[in-house]
Amino acid sequence: MRGLHQAIQLILSLDDTLFEIVGLSLRVSGTALLFSVIIGIPLGTAMGLSRFRGRRLVSILLYTGMGLPPVVVGLFVYLLLSRSGVLGQLNWPFIPALFTPAAMIVAQTIISFPLVAGFTMAAVMGIDPHLRLQVQALGATKWQTTLALLSEARLGVLVSVIAGFGAIISEVGAVMMVGGNIAHHTRVLTTAIVLETRKGNFDLAIALGVVLLGLSFLTNAAILRIQGRSFDL
Amino acid sequence: MSAPIYRLQDVCKEYGGRRVLHVEHLNIREGEVLAVVGPSGAGKSTLLRLLNFLEAPTKGRIYFHDAEFSATRPMPLQYRRQVTTVFQRPILLSRTIQANVSYGLRLRGRRNEAHRIAQALQYVGLEDMARQRARTLSGGEAQRVALARALVLQPEVLLLDEPTANLDPYNVTLIERTIKQLNQERSTTLVLVTHNIFQARRLAHRVALMLEGQIIEIADTETFFKAPADPRTTAFVRGEMVY
Repeated sequence: MRGLHQAIQLILSLDDTLFEIVGLSLRVSGTALLFSVIIGIPLGTAMGLSRFRGRRLVSILLYTGMGLPPVVVGLFVYLLLSRSGVLGQLNWPFIPALFTPAAMIVAQTIISFPLVAGFTMAAVMGIDPHLRLQVQALGATKWQTTLALLSEARLGVLVSVIAGFGAIISEVGAVMMVGGNIAHHTRVLTTAIVLETRKGNFDLAIALGVVLLGLSFLTNAAILRIQGRSFDL
Repeated sequence: MSAPIYRLQDVCKEYGGRRVLHVEHLNIREGEVLAVVGPSGAGKSTLLRLLNFLEAPTKGRIYFHDAEFSATRPMPLQYRRQVTTVFQRPILLSRTIQANVSYGLRLRGRRNEAHRIAQALQYVGLEDMARQRARTLSGGEAQRVALARALVLQPEVLLLDEPTANLDPYNVTLIERTIKQLNQERSTTLVLVTHNIFQARRLAHRVALMLEGQIIEIADTETFFKAPADPRTTAFVRGEMVY
């Protein structure tokens, strides 16, 4: 109860540190989600609608990707981006350095895009296959047909986005590894909770946890509201 | 009856090397109602998919007006949009009835055609249900929406794949009346695939019998039923064909 009380107090007092942490959490996970949507929805749609050689293998890889442990992704990105890593040693300006928000975005994108793609694929595959033919018979081009099918699968696509966001806003392993939990720089809600718990500041840890839960709740509520009447089909 | 709108020349369709359709020659005249009858698996629906340019023939050519459609030559969009199909089991979009009916027009970039949409709904007797969600409809109502979304496009050719199978007599009558009206008032060319030979007799100017992917006989309705040339047609018409 004290944690909850403190959480409310922290929010009401417009605590700078809290808002900084929340802001960075949203910025990192929001950007990663945006990239995941840009990659995942077209990939999932293509996987759901087309038949090509190697589709089975890509499906298996995608399903494996949906269960990737964040800490393994963190390790992978760490090895890639570290100064002696495959990408790190190239020293190219658009390759992010370790212990930066950009590195955290890369890691979280890798965690969430398979979820967005996988759930989108399942949603598109769940649409009655005859609909495609019937939409084409009404004069739809290939692109219009794809849009119509995506629109029919919109609830499933929305779930894919929610699942993608849920996975990264709450993960700690990857952001801890590639971000390093540096105060005022790469500290996000989950890494701050770990730190405060270790320090014995359970009240603050609980407060941050409550904020994290609240954020997750608000985001989902907002998305469902945007979706609006689609739920009473 | 005037010039042919479709000319099929040696058209074959194969799936995985198995031939399901082989039409050596078929002309469909502008403004006619052609009924295609035959048992299940005779290739009737495949023929409709080819006529709607949804699938390309494996071999042969289909001419629509003067445009050629073949395995290597897709049908240009403007021609493809002159033809549409009403399927046996309509799949509607999970939107309102009105949105379903206006969908084809929106695909063509035509909005604000409320009058035309209202007219199409009136044609099938659903004008009072425009704002209802399509997923709540009965089978007969859904089929009427499917008919409305097709005829709002005012196609040159309307293909109907068993449009009244499994419907109650009221909906059958309503759909048949609409089809007839469409042909008489707008001279829409209709190709009707049906199991129901009585329906073919009621609606068609000409009837074709298909068996195992081939057209066995095609004749005007009177001749087809009263004096068919092929003994298989006689057997089919009498209901003696076992399949």
